[in-house]
Amino acid sequence: MSIKLEHVTYTYNPGTVYEMHALKDVSFEIPQGQFVGIIGHTGSGKSTLIQHLNGLIRPTSGKVLFEGQDVWAEGYELRKLRFQVGLVFQYPEHQLFESDVMSDVCFGPSNEGLTQEECRKRAKEALDHVGIPEEYYDKSPFELSGGEKRRVAIAGVLAMNPKVLVLDEPTAGLDPEGRTEILDQIAWLHKTRGITIILVSHSMEDVARYVQRIIVMNEGQKAFDGSCKEVFSHYKELEKIGLAAPQITYIMHALAERGLNVDLSAVTVEEARDSILKALGKETSCSEILP
Amino acid sequence: MLRDITIGQYYPADSILHRLDPRVKFIATLAFIISLFISSTWTGYLVSTVFLAAVIRLSKVPFRFMVKGLKAIVILLLITLFFNMIFTPGTPLVHFWIITITREGVITAIRMGIRLIYLIIGSSVMTLTTTPNQLTDGLESLLKPLEKIRVPVHDIAMMMSIALRFIPILLEETDKIMKAQIARGADFESGGLMKKIKSMVPLLVPLFISAFRRANDLALAMEARCYHGGAGRTQMKPLRYERRDYLAYLVLAVYLAIVILMRVFGRYLI
Repeated sequence: MSIKLEHVTYTYNPGTVYEMHALKDVSFEIPQGQFVGIIGHTGSGKSTLIQHLNGLIRPTSGKVLFEGQDVWAEGYELRKLRFQVGLVFQYPEHQLFESDVMSDVCFGPSNEGLTQEECRKRAKEALDHVGIPEEYYDKSPFELSGGEKRRVAIAGVLAMNPKVLVLDEPTAGLDPEGRTEILDQIAWLHKTRGITIILVSHSMEDVARYVQRIIVMNEGQKAFDGSCKEVFSHYKELEKIGLAAPQITYIMHALAERGLNVDLSAVTVEEARDSILKALGKETSCSEILP
Repeated sequence: MLRDITIGQYYPADSILHRLDPRVKFIATLAFIISLFISSTWTGYLVSTVFLAAVIRLSKVPFRFMVKGLKAIVILLLITLFFNMIFTPGTPLVHFWIITITREGVITAIRMGIRLIYLIIGSSVMTLTTTPNQLTDGLESLLKPLEKIRVPVHDIAMMMSIALRFIPILLEETDKIMKAQIARGADFESGGLMKKIKSMVPLLVPLFISAFRRANDLALAMEARCYHGGAGRTQMKPLRYERRDYLAYLVLAVYLAIVILMRVFGRYLI
């Protein structure tokens, strides 16, 4: 039960003046149930990479394996793969087309060949999970706010009950509140549904507090792959490729350099606070310090 | 997928033809097409062939890109050849059922074929060596005299360049939406005609919405920068003839003169 990429290389417009190597020899395996962040600068190959995961594009060379099977082997049903690996594109609200929210979310499951009743049930579940209340079901998706549209579009993919959910920059263009809301809901989905989540982002800060593993892409190649702690310990190299570790990482490293025994793997403000207090020998919580 | 389609089909290269003023290329293409219809002798076609071959050579664009444009007119070409062959009266060559192929028919068909193929290759040379923006600039400048009779030349040119600019954007958008719907299990390929038309709805609705959104944004952005049409507007890179452009006109004039002379004195040559 995993997604595996073996030496995947992808070239746009091979053999012409517009030839561009988007991916160069990328290999990794993502076990079922992992929460992974794929991070990279614009043009690092993230978006090309994730389109390989559900067979939207065929690697120029190399293999994509889902649950041990080569998805480009003769006779493999790519359409079935797409119901198992749900892909939410950047700005997914641009794909909404139906006259009401309910039918739009039903689009995926009905393509799967489910009965109308079953579709509605799935859609309701999905809409519940992204926090869209029932009175919205009959509204036109174009009447909703930006954040709501985005959540409806995510529900549209979720309603297919995928085993793996891939999201390309799900927070792009949202305000900070909408950002945390969506990311919290995704984290909650990971916990309750036990599905694999692959979160694509260019913001370390966003990703760091949720994921178990980070894959850093740079110029079509895998630069780093490991836990947040491992990847962030390369924060100087990350800067060279135009990325930055979370601000907390910088503070913690600076404190450690000055001799304070703090936990370098802290990525959230809360973790950092606890670790610093511990290093200072004060096991107090905030509420005791603040009036 | 759709990314492979290149409309406008500009082929970047560093050649004298790429550097020529778009107006020169526009007029040259027009003159070349006219010359094809002036010629009536085989030697006339030979001159055109030499001219075209030299231009292709100068353009540094691989020949297979020129031939690409021919694919689109293969059917038109076959129909033209076929009807020319059977409907031209003359000495019969082959006769079966109700179809008679005549000697004159075959000759006319070959001439028609050469004209059509050269016409397409000739215009391909222009579109391959000129960016769409240069083309519209050239067109605007050439049509300028029409403003005297109140043809809104600037507006037409602006609309053309906006339309051209949006082709790749809309293609990319189509590709993106298509992929997004395929990711939700949409099927654009199988089924009968009705099913196929129905399956386009999830693609066309978002595409239209996005086109309107983009048009609206663009209109706002243009107004915000005080765009008010062509009156008094200057260009950042105004078209200016250089020595090579005059030289090109000269070469073109010589070529046209040869073709016309051959037409007039053609019967003494063969």
